[in-house]
Amino acid sequence: MNAATTQKHPLDGMLRTDRIPHIWCPGCGIGTVFSSSLIAISSMGTDPMKTAVVSGIGCSGRGAGYVNLDSYHTTHGRAIPFATGMKLANPELTVVVFSGDGDLFAIGGNHFIHAARRNMDLTVICVNNLNYGMTGGQAAATTPHLAKTSTTQRGNPEGPFNLPLLAYACGATFIARWTMLHTRDLTQSISEALTHTGFSFIEVLAPCPTGYGRKNKLKNSDLLKVYQEKAIIKNGANPAETILDMEQGITLGKFVEYDRPTYADNYKSVNCD
Amino acid sequence: MKFWRVPLDSDEIVITRGVVHIIEDRCKGCGYCIDYCPRDVLEASSRFNSKGYHPPAVKQPDLCVNCHYCEAVCPDFAIFSVEAPAQPI
Amino acid sequence: MESAVLSGEHFFNGDVACAEGALAAGCRFFAGYPITPATEIAEHMSKRLPGVGGHFIQMEDEISAMAAIIGASCAGVKSMTATSGPGFSLMMENIGLGIAMETPCVLVNVQRAGPSTGLPTLGAQGDMMQARWGSHGHYEIIALAPSSPQEIFYQTITAFNLSETYRVPVLVMADEIVGHLSERVIIPDASKIKLQSRPRPKGRKDRFKPFHPGPNGVAPMAHAGEGYMVHFTGLTHDERGYPVMTAEAQAEMMERITGKIRRNLDKIIQVEKYRLEDADIAIVSYGISSRSSQAAVDEAREQGIKAGLLRLLTVWPFPEDMIRELARRVKCLITVELNLGQIHLEVQRCSEGKAPALLIGHAGGSAITPEEILEKIKKQASGS
Repeated sequence: MNAATTQKHPLDGMLRTDRIPHIWCPGCGIGTVFSSSLIAISSMGTDPMKTAVVSGIGCSGRGAGYVNLDSYHTTHGRAIPFATGMKLANPELTVVVFSGDGDLFAIGGNHFIHAARRNMDLTVICVNNLNYGMTGGQAAATTPHLAKTSTTQRGNPEGPFNLPLLAYACGATFIARWTMLHTRDLTQSISEALTHTGFSFIEVLAPCPTGYGRKNKLKNSDLLKVYQEKAIIKNGANPAETILDMEQGITLGKFVEYDRPTYADNYKSVNCD
Repeated sequence: MKFWRVPLDSDEIVITRGVVHIIEDRCKGCGYCIDYCPRDVLEASSRFNSKGYHPPAVKQPDLCVNCHYCEAVCPDFAIFSVEAPAQPI
Repeated sequence: MESAVLSGEHFFNGDVACAEGALAAGCRFFAGYPITPATEIAEHMSKRLPGVGGHFIQMEDEISAMAAIIGASCAGVKSMTATSGPGFSLMMENIGLGIAMETPCVLVNVQRAGPSTGLPTLGAQGDMMQARWGSHGHYEIIALAPSSPQEIFYQTITAFNLSETYRVPVLVMADEIVGHLSERVIIPDASKIKLQSRPRPKGRKDRFKPFHPGPNGVAPMAHAGEGYMVHFTGLTHDERGYPVMTAEAQAEMMERITGKIRRNLDKIIQVEKYRLEDADIAIVSYGISSRSSQAAVDEAREQGIKAGLLRLLTVWPFPEDMIRELARRVKCLITVELNLGQIHLEVQRCSEGKAPALLIGHAGGSAITPEEILEKIKKQASGS
């Protein structure tokens, strides 16, 4: 029973197993978020052949390279506009954007807000590890105020985005936030987001022990403990009232789901009816 | 399993049991499966895998209820559980 | 459904003719961002695409426009964007992605004078070297240069055909003057327009390698949603599309993406030789400047000077061999272009000192007149 198994992992069919092990560091949470995403995609009941995964650049951006689906690893910040073109060119596709906070909200911030405004029918999964991991732990648009990174060595003078609120203000029609520990809720939310028609956004907090953790004196599981202990699950919470504060608490849940016409719906009704 | 009050329908309820499988060479030793197993089934092993990490080992196999949490939380697709033949409480 | 090919005689400006060329070539996706003097292409596409079952989207910037057309092409739809200088700079990033992912698409640059915001409403040909080398890294690109609305119509079709054949982004390097010049444009019957489409995979899906080259060096392309489970990346990758971070993989990939162009130069490069057979003085020009050049050549011939014109329809890849051959038999080469010397440098390089290579050019903002060119021709002819 203790012995190494010869059985296949249940997600092996969804993975490019010839590329495993992946590049993510020991203790990095991206793999867990990726795993939840794969479970959600594989249990969606639709044809996996009709699902495409698009990533940007960075650690999370490597996600596209490990999934055994049509997958596109694009340029830094440009996963959403690439996915936009793909979805409009073939509306039958379910297009999932899997990328990181730096990619989606700093260099790619403009594309995020406009895709949300258009209610483009995409599912955007953002792994938020509070910093730029791939380049060695620099400050991001999500790094907490005063946190130490390699570019904010005396503490971050800036404050972070509240991503669910940003998404809501821009017009996203499905918004959830979980941590990588809340795997079942996360998988559930991704499944719902995949079937939701419109711009869906899921923020997932995941530790970066190598980049963020080391500089802020957090051991492998310290940040996870914070995520466990400070979690306040409040489904339906007003995004303006959600907080992400390592002391006061972290609001999690499915905050928003409503229907409004997607970009493609409106394009059709304006131009073709 | 111990109860402070035995449920009236305890004879009808079956608790699933699981068998944990570990793909040792995929493990990077983060320990999340050990830390977050709700039944304390796993422990760190002293063995090294081919990459030099300590993969988990099954400490208390009988306690596994096949909840799949280790499988879900593992960032490396290195552990999973499968259902074992059920037995009454 | 409206007709995609508006066969007949029209009075179009270059931008509209370009858009009609794209539609005739089968373009069914356009993503763009307004910019003078290319905006009319986007406007016309926004009007026309819904009627032919296509899709137009105005993106938030040129970066996303370029990303979107690559995404659309990866889903199997012929796609295009159009811009001018500042937007061209922003598109450089994803031109590189298109090259690395070997994704067909067409980018029209209606050039205006730069640098920076420059002269938004006035023409120039100052982006020719940017067209060649603007995205980082070493690569091969195809760039065409139209000189009239009629020509931009055909060149846009050619651009799609080359893009599809070689799986490479193709640039149509027009300029403000061609873009805003209205002339007669004849659109032939749809049956007379020859269209190419990208090579497509055959055989077993599980054994398919998305970057394994076919006989002409170009790999068949599988689209998203077809079950090939392809992986495309901007990282250096092997034939499976998997990232490989080694010098060997880099060399192999570079050989693939440059070789498919370098080995097919004779099929790609198009030039027009005008009164060149017995010429002593050879003008090398392209785009709007080649029209002034042609007028100057005619006038020089009237005056008994043996001048000729090599008109570059394809600027990149550069017709190196033709310039070499010309340099061996003419007394002098004169490059005429609306910049301070870009293609001129290539002509100089390829003339290998066999004939002097001169430049007629200015910084942009107005066309070069036939008189200026004629004057230089006469000066060279008289040997002064």
